[in-house]
Amino acid sequence: MVIEQDKMTSLANRMAEHEVKGRSPWADARKRFVRNKAAMAGLIILILVGLFALFGDYLAAWSNEELDYNVMGQVRELGAPSIASGHYFGTDDLGRDLYARTVQGTRISLMVGIVGAAIAVIVGTLYGATAGYVGGRCDQIMMRSVDILMSIPYMFVLILLLVIFGRSIGMLFLGIGLISWLDMSRIVRGQTLTLKNREFIEAARATGVPGWRIVLRHIVPNLLGVVAVYATLLVPLMILTESFISFLGLGVQEPLTSWGALISEGASTMNYGTLWQLAFPLFFFCITLFGFFFVGDGLRDALDPKDR
Amino acid sequence: MFGYILRRLAVAIPTLLLLIIFSFLLMHAAPGGPFTGERALPPQVLANLEAKYGLDDPLLVQLWNYLKDVVLHFDFGPSFVYPDRSVNQLIADGFPVTLTYGLLSFVLAALVGIALGSVAAIRQNSWLDYLAVGISIGAQVLPNFVMAPILVLVLTLWMGWLPGGGWSFTDPSYWVMPVIALGTSYMASVARITRSSMLEVLGSNHIRTARAKGMPESRVIIRHALKPALLPVISYLGPVFVSMITGSVVIDIYFSTGGIGRAFVDSALNRDYAVMMGVTILIGALTILFNLVVDILYAWIDPKIRY
Repeated sequence: MVIEQDKMTSLANRMAEHEVKGRSPWADARKRFVRNKAAMAGLIILILVGLFALFGDYLAAWSNEELDYNVMGQVRELGAPSIASGHYFGTDDLGRDLYARTVQGTRISLMVGIVGAAIAVIVGTLYGATAGYVGGRCDQIMMRSVDILMSIPYMFVLILLLVIFGRSIGMLFLGIGLISWLDMSRIVRGQTLTLKNREFIEAARATGVPGWRIVLRHIVPNLLGVVAVYATLLVPLMILTESFISFLGLGVQEPLTSWGALISEGASTMNYGTLWQLAFPLFFFCITLFGFFFVGDGLRDALDPKDR
Repeated sequence: MFGYILRRLAVAIPTLLLLIIFSFLLMHAAPGGPFTGERALPPQVLANLEAKYGLDDPLLVQLWNYLKDVVLHFDFGPSFVYPDRSVNQLIADGFPVTLTYGLLSFVLAALVGIALGSVAAIRQNSWLDYLAVGISIGAQVLPNFVMAPILVLVLTLWMGWLPGGGWSFTDPSYWVMPVIALGTSYMASVARITRSSMLEVLGSNHIRTARAKGMPESRVIIRHALKPALLPVISYLGPVFVSMITGSVVIDIYFSTGGIGRAFVDSALNRDYAVMMGVTILIGALTILFNLVVDILYAWIDPKIRY
């Protein structure tokens, strides 16, 4: 019997590969995530919304600043969504194209969410990891100040800031950034405390690695899972906060807009029967929140496979 | 226990003082005073006004006077925009309304949420569970400012069942929509938390023991499972109460209920700093008080907490 030599070598190669190439925890997590239908649906929704925000402008027939004078004053009759007029989502009360406005609002709302979460990740991780790693009195003082900051009614302070220093998007970012990292720092500190006494940290300390380097190179990378999950769940919370403030008319100001401002406008005009002004921004708002919640939950389940 | 409460108070009181000082300084850092309107006042009038409200004193003297008034007399001073009304009066007008619908929706969110979550966990993977999970996921993306317009659209404009706004302490039909709009998303979160912690508890050893010795299932759940399962829920309820008061801003504006949120937003738009500070400090005090209550409750229920 002739054994086909090349088939055998390919088999041997495959066996060796299997033997050597173990699956990392990350690969396992990725597999679990891909298998999770809700999380994948959420991811697809988020990608679509992201594409809409980035490239939606190219499909718009009107810009977000143009007024359609034909429609103005007869929004109820002529401003309804239609392909023919180029107003795919209809127009708002002033005759501005709601499609272009929604694209603009989506951009700003997503940006607020992502910037808020990014500030939380950077500040919260470093703060929490430092407090947890250093420990002792320093930890006590750092975490006590977080406790104090957390018991402040932040929504009111945020509004106070916006009123006093002017309602600008920069102030909004600053205000949201100021509060978003508190929870993150607590979670990260707790995680750091458990990491701190592990052997590899001890080994690093024994070889004389300076403290800040241990935090940055050895502790922070090991926190990645927790931070990623929490950041994904933080984005929708930031979007909710921004929308809440914009709904009150204190957040993003004209000519800029956001989901909250659009929903507020739509809600105030729905008595006149122009329901599309509420429906389209609300639709994007809801599906995006769904997306983030699903992806966040999916990530958590994938990284921490416990039966929930 | 007593020592624990004292220690918590020792943190709570400085926090409150810090909040008062912080908002006071913030107010003074603001560009333009409360009287710099569109129509510039003659300098003499401005000086008189500032003297009347004590704004020409040194900053530290003003701060000391304000602190003294707030702490000793609960007096937040006069409103800057409506000179004939004091901040206390504005708060006294709005607060009972806010408290009424706030407490109602708090109770609704807690009771319905816990019931829904427990039922979902007990009948895991049944249609009841899927329904409960579906409701709680759906309600999570419907915060109060989204719920409010939808409720008005359906219940007032289409069905005509309920009044679209206003408030009356005697007629419950005015209460329905504010309570639902405010409570729904928190109910959803409570249900989610209850479900997951109940599932965890139901899988634990002491529940198996209780079942093994032949205890009826209803008693197992009420006597042995509910208490440990509610711990995470209780720690969530503190922030919820505060969010409810924050949410009252939207409710007051949307349903014209005339609560404290209305006073806050009006003052924010009018730059009436005295009212803004008064409301912020009041809410801050409530926040701190409620977190204290939750902490004590938690320590009382969970014997593992060291105090």
